[in-house]
Amino acid sequence: MKAKHQRLTLLLLAVVAVLGAVLLAMSSLKDQAAYFYAPADVTRKGAPQARTIRIGGMVEERSVRHAGDGVTMDFLVGDETDAVIRVRFKGIVPDLFKEGSGVVAQGRFQPDGLFVADEILAKHDESYMPPEAAGERHKTGSLK
Amino acid sequence: MHIFANPARFLKLARPLTLWLGVGGAVLIALGLGSGLFLSPEDYLQGESVRILYVHVPAAWLAMGGWTGIALASLSQLVWKHPLAGVAGRAIALPGAIFTALCLITGSLWGRPTWGTYWEWDGRMTSMLILLFLYVGYIALAEADRERGGEGRVTAIFGLLGAINIPIIRYSVEWWNSLHQGQSISFSGGGSSIDTSMLWPLLASALGFSLLFGAIVLMRMRAILALQKVEARMRRLAA
Repeated sequence: MKAKHQRLTLLLLAVVAVLGAVLLAMSSLKDQAAYFYAPADVTRKGAPQARTIRIGGMVEERSVRHAGDGVTMDFLVGDETDAVIRVRFKGIVPDLFKEGSGVVAQGRFQPDGLFVADEILAKHDESYMPPEAAGERHKTGSLK
Repeated sequence: MHIFANPARFLKLARPLTLWLGVGGAVLIALGLGSGLFLSPEDYLQGESVRILYVHVPAAWLAMGGWTGIALASLSQLVWKHPLAGVAGRAIALPGAIFTALCLITGSLWGRPTWGTYWEWDGRMTSMLILLFLYVGYIALAEADRERGGEGRVTAIFGLLGAINIPIIRYSVEWWNSLHQGQSISFSGGGSSIDTSMLWPLLASALGFSLLFGAIVLMRMRAILALQKVEARMRRLAA
């Protein structure tokens, strides 16, 4: 075996080993490195109570209700499963917040399961299109 | 690659290639950004801020492509001891770092109107910030090594190991729930979720920035080789 072949094998083995180790570490980080809990995660495993966390999903169609005071709103966050989270937020939401679109909310769960958010971020999906191509979806509807 | 083991032969090709890549890149960037910023439609949700895409996405691709280049150069330096590999790695590092920074800055400016925040610690943004730190570390290491007159072995090992961050950046939006959206463009079939009227300016600008990147790298490689020549001659004169 020539010296350069030895070096090549050694380096490739080292790279594969380190890559494998890192990928294993990353996949076990799955939950901790997640930016938010999806509704399915919350119903399946439960979410930390009495601690500030983020939840994320799609704002359910026709679920946004504005309270009488004009700044408090209630809505449901769902995902591809049946799980939903009831969310209450007091404040101004980003422009892209709307029914059928992605949302990330930061706040705490109350004992009764209501999620009280103190920050709302709109999550943009991977679709990019001009208004005419979006057609009906421009106003309503899920993007999926 | 071994025909370029002789720097003189490399320079003979690099000189005209720098010009052609630079001119081609400038033309394509003008086309891509011109049509992206002025002719392409606005997005149905994001409105005008979608136009940041035409700089942000090419910058992100080149940031990752740059480190892939550093990793390949490092491999060829460590295994085949190619004389130009270390030079190539050092030449890539600075434009790579600049494009990473450009990607982070444009992303942040896009995030404020779209998501409602300049910065969040989600998987994609954090791994991209780590890439910027890796570039800065690589530049510092390469500089320190050059001043010591070393062979750059440690720098090359660092360049190779740092490549692990590249698949992490790529898959961060699939492994973890992230604020950043997933892939819009698929080259392996499956279709892209970006409208054709926006896809073409994006691809033109991405190709243009890539050619420009190549021209900058060749220019820097020539500058590094020239500097090495000067230093060698100074040493001989001093001796």
